[in-house]
Amino acid sequence: MGLFRFKGFPGKGTFPHGIHPPDNKFFSADKAIEVLPTPAKVILPLLQNIGAPCEPVVKSKQQVSVGELVGKGKSFVSAALHSPVAGTVKKPVMVTLPNGRHMKAIHIAADEDQNPGQVLWNKLSAKDWPTDCISIYDPATISKVIHDAGIVGLGGAAFPTHVKVMPDENKMIDTLMINGCECEPFLTPDYRLMMEAPGAIVTGALLAGRAISAKEIIICVEDNKPLAIERLRQITAQTVIRVAVVQTKYPQGSEKQLVKSVLDLDVPLGGLPSDVGVAMSNVGTIAAIGMAVIKEEPLTHRVISVSGGGIANPKNLFVPMGVSIGELIEYCGGLTTDAARVVSGGPMMGFSFSDMDTPVTKGTSGITVLTHEDVERENETSCVRCGRCVDACPMNLVPTKLAMASRYKDPALALKYNINACFECGSCTYVCPANIKLVQLIRTGKQQVAAMNK
Amino acid sequence: MASETIAIHVAPSPHLSDQTFTTRRMMTDVLIALLPLMVMSVYVFRMFAVTQLAICVVACMAAEFVFVKMRSKPVTLNDFSAVVTGVIIALSLPGTAPWYVGVLASVVAIGIGKIIFGGLGMNIFNPAMVGRAFVMIAFASAMGASAYINADGTIDAMSMATPLTAFKQGGMTTAILDLFVGVTNGSLGETSAFACLLGGGYLLYRKTAAWEIPAGILSAVVVISFLADMSGGFGGRFVLHQLFGGALLFGTFFIATDPVSSPVTPKGKWIFGMGTGSLIMVIRLFSGYPEGVMFAVLLMNAMTPLINRWTIPKPTGVA
Repeated sequence: MGLFRFKGFPGKGTFPHGIHPPDNKFFSADKAIEVLPTPAKVILPLLQNIGAPCEPVVKSKQQVSVGELVGKGKSFVSAALHSPVAGTVKKPVMVTLPNGRHMKAIHIAADEDQNPGQVLWNKLSAKDWPTDCISIYDPATISKVIHDAGIVGLGGAAFPTHVKVMPDENKMIDTLMINGCECEPFLTPDYRLMMEAPGAIVTGALLAGRAISAKEIIICVEDNKPLAIERLRQITAQTVIRVAVVQTKYPQGSEKQLVKSVLDLDVPLGGLPSDVGVAMSNVGTIAAIGMAVIKEEPLTHRVISVSGGGIANPKNLFVPMGVSIGELIEYCGGLTTDAARVVSGGPMMGFSFSDMDTPVTKGTSGITVLTHEDVERENETSCVRCGRCVDACPMNLVPTKLAMASRYKDPALALKYNINACFECGSCTYVCPANIKLVQLIRTGKQQVAAMNK
Repeated sequence: MASETIAIHVAPSPHLSDQTFTTRRMMTDVLIALLPLMVMSVYVFRMFAVTQLAICVVACMAAEFVFVKMRSKPVTLNDFSAVVTGVIIALSLPGTAPWYVGVLASVVAIGIGKIIFGGLGMNIFNPAMVGRAFVMIAFASAMGASAYINADGTIDAMSMATPLTAFKQGGMTTAILDLFVGVTNGSLGETSAFACLLGGGYLLYRKTAAWEIPAGILSAVVVISFLADMSGGFGGRFVLHQLFGGALLFGTFFIATDPVSSPVTPKGKWIFGMGTGSLIMVIRLFSGYPEGVMFAVLLMNAMTPLINRWTIPKPTGVA
């Protein structure tokens, strides 16, 4: 803040509308990443990504080593699964993820006396990341390695990365945008990764850029992270990568909004950034590409922040996939008596859940524990049509009208007001002075629309 | 340690909300913004203003209480909207209006203007203006131009015609400075342009009132009165007279900006503002009434659903 300067890019560094919630990064922003001690067991759900689930390729009682393939993607939009620990496969279990999906999971009991997390973290945070000789890697090979390493978007959406980062003659990609905005309040894993492992991000970016023959590579960071910006600027100085400092504003990290902020391009409604020649990946995903191609390590661990006023000692952790969230909370000193809600992800779009045995998946960017004060809201009153939701909506919709259409079960009206353009960022609900649960009603409205079309 | 006793509950996202700005806070903002007008009205009209404010506020709250009870709904007095309506009705009446005018205006405002449509947020017309229009037609003598004059009273301002009536009858006679400060005759809250600008500025600063509506009204009024000014050769004095005289600024900042009865999108608010401003000038210049704010706002209120339909914004990414 105050640091904002935006030069050298077509965009303005910001997008129309949006909101400014307190960023609350102070809980964990200055905590260096710690490697979580290897847990006694990991639970690996078979669907951790957008797309098709994977099929287990291991059986009960089988021994697996660190990084060994345990699940194989069934279709193109799918991702492989690897064991983060050495151990023994147990009987499969059923888990419910915070997003409500109930599914089968591979249960692996970890052997004692191992610390694969530390080994991987040392590789990730090393200073030896190459920035030259990237051209020795063949684009198709890079894409295949990404596929085999089971990499998905680590920003939260968990879209299989090989689908985005692959040579495609039909869709020309000009620009690779690397998303380090981290616009959700509280979350800090991307910030810490940019601070502590910028080398992996830079190498990963060059590799991904090569895979899709991007002419330009831009790392985008919000201006509330001046130290990360400084560090990235230094390390990218000798490369083709540029750093774009965008305004701190929610939802700046949403891909359509970020494309608008930096490149001043409008991603068509219902389209993808690739429609305007852009591929976008989160910084964590890009670092995972570096790990997979250069260090030949599949995606088995990730950085996560455990933060919020409801946690005793907020931390940033390097954790194996499949560790239970309860274990992370315990490692961070447990919940405070003020804790009211545990959220997987950030407070704006994250999912709340109550089962602390829920495992960390590839898309878990953080655990945010909110206090009673955070989640308290006054009773709902009537809409006075003040239009604050209209001024907040980054998609330029009329949330109050959509919510009304949903309440009165009028899917035709909802369609007229473009309900499907809503990506549920929650800005409208955040600002509503009448405390109307706008985005929640809009979700219901979308279901009504879907039901009408059936 | 206490993790066993902590109740964790779940809810759909978003998990945060801005609790510093609520509907009640909006209404409080309006009341704060109305303070300079109330102070000025009490200064100029003394007990006339005090009585009228008390009558209308009490009547509005009582009417809200009774009507809401009749609908067996929870009492909504604590959203302060009835108080706001009461103050605005009082400030829009002449000080001399008898007590029953204020009471009736309040009852009609709340009952027919608001509750009948389903309460706060559902009404089509600005409730205060519905109430005022009712008494203006029902009690023409208590609300007409002559009612403003109370010659045997002790209050100087009330010994003369209102600036706009005087203008209708014999051209501009009121000094612009008097209009700005507010030591002229008129409805209780409308006389001081300065107080209106002060309160209005606060509403815009708080973003409780949308800036597009005042901007639309004022630009339309300035353009039309400038044309009239040029054709009459007043050298700009006419424009200022139109801006500072009558209920224009009061209506611009406190009546037209009522969010419930005005459009929801910025573009719609512009159209609403320009329409209101144009209608005000049309009524002022070409009709038998000296003032047109009330009718202009009510007419544009009726247009609001249509404007909303015209101005459905295009979502991001639609060319």
